[in-house]
Amino acid sequence: MKIVTICGAGIGSSGILKVNAERVLKRLDILAEVTAADITTVAWAAEDAQVILTSAEFVEAIGKTYADVIVIDNFFDTDELTRKLRATLG
Amino acid sequence: MPLPPLPESAIVLGAHADDWRAAVRLAGSALAASGAAKPAYADEMIRMIEEHGPYVVIAPGLALAHARPGPAVLADGLAVVTLAEPVSFGHPHNDPVSVVIGLAIERSDVHLASVAELANVFNDSSAIPALRDAKSIDEVIAIFGNTRNLGEQQ
Repeated sequence: MKIVTICGAGIGSSGILKVNAERVLKRLDILAEVTAADITTVAWAAEDAQVILTSAEFVEAIGKTYADVIVIDNFFDTDELTRKLRATLG
Repeated sequence: MPLPPLPESAIVLGAHADDWRAAVRLAGSALAASGAAKPAYADEMIRMIEEHGPYVVIAPGLALAHARPGPAVLADGLAVVTLAEPVSFGHPHNDPVSVVIGLAIERSDVHLASVAELANVFNDSSAIPALRDAKSIDEVIAIFGNTRNLGEQQ
């Protein structure tokens, strides 16, 4: 499975989201490749992604996608990430 | 990979900011004071938020101000600004903001891992309130672990 985290610059929040998503996925025993990207490269980065993790501000800019878009409010709350990833991935 | 350096010169406690732009500008000044960025980096951080919205408010009370790597970045670095009175960034969940982290990164491909180390600091949900209430630079350094020492070794 491929998961992409999206933020404005691709260096700050998406990196934090990537590392925390990897932690949660490991705990859930889900095998996935998580990539951090910025909003300008989302079309390319998320082309074959199953899940996009981001904040509410980018949902519109991400636009049409086959991936499930999950909005995260608190990037440091691994419980929120766990709950939302589990709800999406079943 | 260690966190980007957080020298004492990049820590400002109990500052006053009229609005989010002023708060981000303080973080820019702190990054300039430590030599991590040129003064113009503050404008770039503000532009990111004007362009994309208040997404940098990534947790309750905390803004991670940053822009892309570029000529305004001189070295990897962190800055910490705590506000005497919190300001609103217009975020639907995480306002008001009392702690602004400034982040300057030279190359995203190399340094993503060090940025991700911030998760090790802030996944502890007591870190943001502890920073907000910090009365001394030593308290801030302690919350970030041994960042200062690691930074000086580089």
